[in-house]
Parts: sequence; C-alpha cells; structure tokens
Amino acid sequence: MSKVQQQENSSVSQQDAEYMFVAERVSKSFPGVQALNKVSLKIRPGMVHALMGENGAGKSTMMKIVAGIYIPNEGQLYFKGQPIVLKSPRDALGKGIAMIHQELNLLAYMTVAENIWIGREPRNMLGLIDHGQLFAQTHALLSKLGIDIDPEVELGSLSIANRQMVEIAKAVSFNSDLLIMDEPTSAITEKEVEHLFRIIAQLKAEGKAIIYITHKMDEVFQIADDISIFRDGHHIVTKTASEFDHNSLITAMVGRELSQVFPKEDVPIGDIALSVKNLGLKGVFNDVSFDVHYGEILGVAGLMGSGRTEVMESLFGINPAKEGEIRFDGRQLKIKSPADAIRSGMALLTEDRKKTGLFLSLSVGENMQIASLPDHCNMGFVKQSEVDELCHQMVGKLKVKTPGLDEIIENLSGGNQQKVLIARWLLNHPKVLILDEPTRGVDVGAKAEIHKLITQLAKQGVAIIMISSELPEVLGMSDRVMVMHEGKVGGILSRAEATQERILALASGM
Amino acid sequence: MNQTTTVASLPATKKRKFKLPQEFSILLVLIGIALIFEVLGWVKRDQSFLYNPQGLLIMILQVSEIGLIAVGVTMIIIAGGIDLASGSVVALSAMVASSFAQVVGYDRAIFPSLGGLPVIIPVLMGLLIGAITGFINGAVIVKMRVPAFIVTLGMMVSARGLARYYTGGQPVSMFTDDYLWIGSGSNPVIIFLAVALFFHIVLRYTRFGKSIYAIGGNVQAARVSGINVGKNLIAVYTIAGVLSGLAGVVVSARAQTGQSGMGMGYELDAIAAAVIGGTSLAGGVGRITGTVIGALILGVISSGFTFLGIDSYLQEIVKGLIIVIAVVADQFRKKRAS
Ligand SMILES: Nc1ncnc2c1ncn2[C@@H]1O[C@H](COP(=O)(O)OP(=O)(O)OP(=O)(O)O)[C@@H](O)[C@H]1O
Ligand SMILES: [Mg+2]
Repeated sequence: MSKVQQQENSSVSQQDAEYMFVAERVSKSFPGVQALNKVSLKIRPGMVHALMGENGAGKSTMMKIVAGIYIPNEGQLYFKGQPIVLKSPRDALGKGIAMIHQELNLLAYMTVAENIWIGREPRNMLGLIDHGQLFAQTHALLSKLGIDIDPEVELGSLSIANRQMVEIAKAVSFNSDLLIMDEPTSAITEKEVEHLFRIIAQLKAEGKAIIYITHKMDEVFQIADDISIFRDGHHIVTKTASEFDHNSLITAMVGRELSQVFPKEDVPIGDIALSVKNLGLKGVFNDVSFDVHYGEILGVAGLMGSGRTEVMESLFGINPAKEGEIRFDGRQLKIKSPADAIRSGMALLTEDRKKTGLFLSLSVGENMQIASLPDHCNMGFVKQSEVDELCHQMVGKLKVKTPGLDEIIENLSGGNQQKVLIARWLLNHPKVLILDEPTRGVDVGAKAEIHKLITQLAKQGVAIIMISSELPEVLGMSDRVMVMHEGKVGGILSRAEATQERILALASGM
Repeated sequence: MNQTTTVASLPATKKRKFKLPQEFSILLVLIGIALIFEVLGWVKRDQSFLYNPQGLLIMILQVSEIGLIAVGVTMIIIAGGIDLASGSVVALSAMVASSFAQVVGYDRAIFPSLGGLPVIIPVLMGLLIGAITGFINGAVIVKMRVPAFIVTLGMMVSARGLARYYTGGQPVSMFTDDYLWIGSGSNPVIIFLAVALFFHIVLRYTRFGKSIYAIGGNVQAARVSGINVGKNLIAVYTIAGVLSGLAGVVVSARAQTGQSGMGMGYELDAIAAAVIGGTSLAGGVGRITGTVIGALILGVISSGFTFLGIDSYLQEIVKGLIIVIAVVADQFRKKRAS
C-alpha cells in the first residue's frame, strides 16, 4: 500500500503498468467556467477509488472525460499502460470503460432487457432481434448480480431504486475493466446500497477497477481503497482510505473544519398547522393520519416504496387522495392541484429532481423564481429586477456555484441544481414546507448549510415535513419521526424515542 | 479557497454581459442570403435585388402574413405543442370575415341584407373564428389528452372543408373601402410588427410568458410549481387561433377577395420560420425575434428566386434544403459554444 502511495505522490510522467487507468494534467473548461484544471489521477485495478469534493468541484466532468463524453482541452489518458484518445462514449465502452451516470439515462417505454442491451441486442439468423435470447441473457446477468427484476417489464413501471439497479446492471453488462459510478446511491435505500456493495466486491475480486463518486461519508469508509479529493477543478490529494478519518476528509474537501453537522435547535412548538386524517389512495397508501405543528420538523422515514413520497405528493395535490381529510389551520381543505396547495401556503421539494423539478432548458434564475412569480407580478408583468435580486441573495445564501442567473441550469452540477430547487421553494415563503430528500446529491458543507436553513425556518415558525432515506439526517433533524411501512403509518416516534433500531424495526413492519 | 468557490461567478458574469444575442447567428444567415441574391442579381440581371423598393414591399407583405401565424405557432411550440391547422384557419376566417365585409347593394353578396357593415364587424368575426378553432384545439388537447399533432391535423382538414362549404367553394369579393384599407399599402406590415412586438413582450416579461416556457420545458415540474397547465395551454392555442384569424382578415383584405384555398401550406412555412429562428420543437426554447428573422429568411429566399426568374419547383427544392441547413448550422453553433 504505502509503496503505491509513494508513487502516487512522485512524478506522474512515468507510466506504470500497475495502474488500470492514468489521467495526466487533464483540463476542461466551459464558457465562463474552468471545470478542471490540470487534474492527474491514477486508478489501481481491483480497487475502489472514491472521488470526493464539493458540488461543482469537477468530479462528474472528470468522469465524463474518462467515459469519452467530453473531450478534454488538454491532458493525456492512459488505459492499461497505453495512451488512449476517446472521442465518444462508444469508444470508451469498446475499450472497456463504462459509466453509471448521476442522472438516470434509461428509456421509460422499453423493457428492462432492451434498456440494458440497446444497440447490442442478440440477433437471429435473419438479423432480427432474438427476443428469447435477449431475455435469457438479461435474466442471467440479473441473477448473477442477484437483482430480482423481471427483464420483460417496462422500465417506466419500476421504482427509482430499481431503475438505478438496472443502470448498474447495464454498466456491468459491458464487462468493462473500469467502471465509473457517479453517485449511484443517491436514489436507493440501505437495502439496495448493501446489494450494490456486494456487486462491487464481486467486481473487485474479478480485478476490475471502480471509480466511485459519493457525498456520503459512511459509504466511503466502507468501500473505498483510495480516496481522491477535488476542489474547485483541482485535484487536491489522493491517499488510501485508511490515511483519512472523518474529520480530515471533510477538511480536505471543504478547505475548513465543519463543526456541527446537525444544527438542530429546540424551538417552541406552535399550533397544529396541517392535520391529515385517514388519507387514502387506492393501492398506494391508506389510513394515513398525522399532524405537523408550526415550528416543528416532522421527519418521515421508511423504505423505498413505503408510500412516503406518494402521501406527500397527494397532500400537495399532484395525485389528490380519494379518501380522508386534510385540515390546514383547523379549516378543512380540498386540494385538487399543486396550485391549490401553493395558494394555501404549502411547498413541496419533490424527490425526482429531473422529472418533477428542473426545467433543464431554462436558466438558473427562471428555475428559481417560477413558483413565486405570483408574488412578484404587477398586472401580469413580472417585476424582474425585484425577483432577480431575491434570486441573487439565494445564490449567495445556498452557495450555488453558477456563472450567473442566466446560466442554463442543465450546465450546473447535480448538487447545485438541487440547491436551486430548494431556493425555489424558500422564495415562496411557505407555511408548511415539505422536503423530499432535501440533501440528495449535496456535498457535506452545503448539507450542513441546508440543515441550518431548515432549523432557521422552523425557528421562524414554519412547519416542516422532511422525508429522508438517511437515518442520521432524520434522527438529527426531527422533532418527531413518522415511519411508513407498506402504505401505512407504522408509527410516530418522539425525538426521545427515535433510535436507528426502532425506526428500522417500524420501517420493516416489525 | 472556499471563497473562490462561491464567488467564482463574478468575472464570468461580467464576461457574459457581452454575449451576443442568440439571434445573431441567424441574422447573419439572413444577411448572407440577401447578399448572395444581391450578387446574383447583378450577375444575372444587372439589377439590384436589395435596392428595389417595390419588390421588397411585396416580399415583406408576404412575410407579414406568414409572420402573424408564426408568432402564434412559436408560442405553441415553446409550450411543447404544434399547430398544423393555422393555414386552414386562415382560409376559414378569410371566408367568414369577407362575407361580412361586402359593400351595400351588391346583389350577389353572401348576406345581401348585411352590406356595408362597419369594418369592426368582419374583423371581429375573423378573430372570433380563429379564437373558436384555437380554443377547440386547446380544449381537446388538454381535456381529452389527445396529442396536439392529431388534434390540429384534424382541425386542418375540417377547417379547410368548412371554408369551402361556407360558400360552396365560391370566392367572396366586393369589399368595403374600410376593409380594403386593412390590406393596403404597408398596413399588413405594421399590424405584423405590432403583434410581434406585443407577444415578444408577453413572452419575456409576463408571468403568462414564463409559464409557457416552463410548461414546454417540463410539464410535470410546471404543474408541481403551481402553474395551471391546462388553462395556460388552452390560452396559448386560442391566442394562436386568433392570430391565424387575423392573418385571414389581412390576407383577404390584401387580395381583395376571400377564397377557400387561401393560406394553403402556411402552417408549414410558419413552423419553418419558428424553427429556423431557433425555436426548439422539443419545447421550452424559442423567441419571437428569432421567428421574425426566420420568416424574413423564407421571404428573402422565395422573392430572391422569383427575382432571378428561377423555376418554382426548383425554388421549393432549395427552400427545403435551406430550412434544414439553417437548423443544422444553429445546432452546430450551439454545440461549439459548449
Ligand atoms: N456542460 C456544461 N456546460 C457548462 N458548465 C458546465 C457543464 N458541465 C459542468 N459544468 C460546470 O463545471 C463545474 C463542475 O461540474 P461537475 O458536474 O463536474 O461537478 P461535480 O463535482 O460532479 O458536482 P456534484 O457533486 O454537484 O455532482 C460546475 O461549475 C458546473 O457548473
Ligand atoms: Mg456530479
């Protein structure tokens, strides 16, 4: 180990066959942004190499270069000791480099099998696609990986977690020697994470190299052999995982120490803001009852598919519930659309930011202000300088890394897109704020900032409902925790009662 | 270090201020094409293409008619839809408006007893016809969830049929002077520019405009952001219908006759103008200024060919090519920019 380490730090010019992959002084710039600045990286075979760093540090950009999606402005790549030039993802796949993207890229209306083998389908003698063989080999692949999904179902019918598993299976199916995973666990629960880690162990044993991007500290220490830190487009350091501890890792990433992770403060709990009674939607959830008070943070835990997202979407009028009643400030409320919900003072940060959150073709500013335009209009005309000013403040407050408000949001890094969506709802000054996975894909530093913001909002009397798959987040931030299980409320725990064990027990129906 | 991460924006923001408007490249294409015709004009006819007030006015008048429709279709495409019915709606509204615009005492008038009505009546009838067809398009698309392509295709066929049925295929003429005034001189151009400016402002500075971009960009996210998608879509289709209706009035006034074959193929020219001008058929992207330039490009091409005396079949071939080339060039520019 330490011998390798020494070489890491010494001159990078000598190409060592010992490495699966080497990048030398790679730079990449976009209009107005230097995303990567002379970054060098060495990846060992049979190892998991974690890439960490703040949102917008350049991790995804670097990996897109390795996967042939972006062409670097300068620098040289070596694969198995040979210099390589990648002109397209196809090139990279052909050489044995596959990537699982941060944003899911699958085709909703095709089957799982078609999604995995698209462009490489087995053919019969007539040159037509051999569906029997296609399903058989998908079945073989999925069972080798222990993934229990029917190859013949349409992808769109699967949960996000299962779609992510399909994406993983697809990457493995190329039989690549270098596998890049960009935040593969941001959309899946503990159960699938464990599963993914078993797959990774299997791949490691086969001598494959894995580059793994994540913002989750516990994961890194669980699976990484080497850790590289990026900051602001620069490669800061590479060390073996054992040379880092929690604090030194954070310090290396954000360039300062981070004191308090969950800045939860006790604030006086006010009256009941929202009261939900016997809410039901056939086949999705039923008999859901809970209250949330002003100034309270109600955490919502549960496995993927337990109905927690669906309950909140229904409350918000996306899929209005058929049974039960909703009371807001004691008055019964009929919410038929999100517009109704927003008008009555609610806001919902949705779980799937690409599907129900982002307007990819619009600018950062437009994305941020879209929900609060009614408050900043005069006879239908938008008071542009007024909203822009508020957006600028949000960019500063949430430290959104963007060249400006008029940058197209598609060009922002994943974590920064998430921050823009949070800002969208904060600008709306809701009385009840529902957050579904608020810190998904957000870096440690920004996460602490967002937690601080949530705490502040609670202090100002906002009622907050926060769904999270990260138990530490739920435990750290909530006044009470509601645990969902199979479309029902498994139980509601006070802050004192809530422990990891009890939540997990309720979540799995025990 | 941390400082630089968050404030890294400042120099970049400044640089952005000097960015050329998106329409710049397409404007260059327009100028380029015009210059080519200028050169060819001198070579082939020893005459200037550009310094030719009469020819240019005719071209701009034609552009105005397509342009009126194109403004509406641009908004529809930005909202993620499409409108194939506009050409037929032009015909229908031209027929209906014409029938109310006839002079007193014309014995072969459609409504002999209604001769010499104030000009506002035929105009409003034309706009109303447009509004109704547009509203029907929007309502069916939204309420019955039928794809816009299908609904407007159906409307395209039906409206054309209705235009013929209205007078049994007979043209309508003998208009009042007030009605003819609408189509006289450069009035159509003024109407077009006023409409384009108005909707340019609507798209850029109003909540309605921003909602349209949001709906075209991501319907589901638009709904979750509190936008009433159905209402806005119906409004967009209705507005586009009104503009087609207006085009019908202008076309018939300028031609001094209403005919059921009017506006044939206008829907495709209007869509082409929008797309050449940078409107994305995927929705969420587009500007009226681009569309105006796109319509001008189409106009310059066809009047340029006529000027050079080139065979009209050949004109169509080249027009098709140029539409595709313009879009490809735009894609290329976008790719290079990133
Ligand atoms: N296509 C693009 N056009 C313009 N700028 C881009 C583009 N892609 C990335 N960037 C910019 O490059 C920088 C690095 O982005 P990148 O996606 O690599 O960050 P990241 O480290 O993966 O962040 P995250 O943790 O949020 O995913 C960001 O400032 C981003 O805005
Ligand atoms: Mg990323």
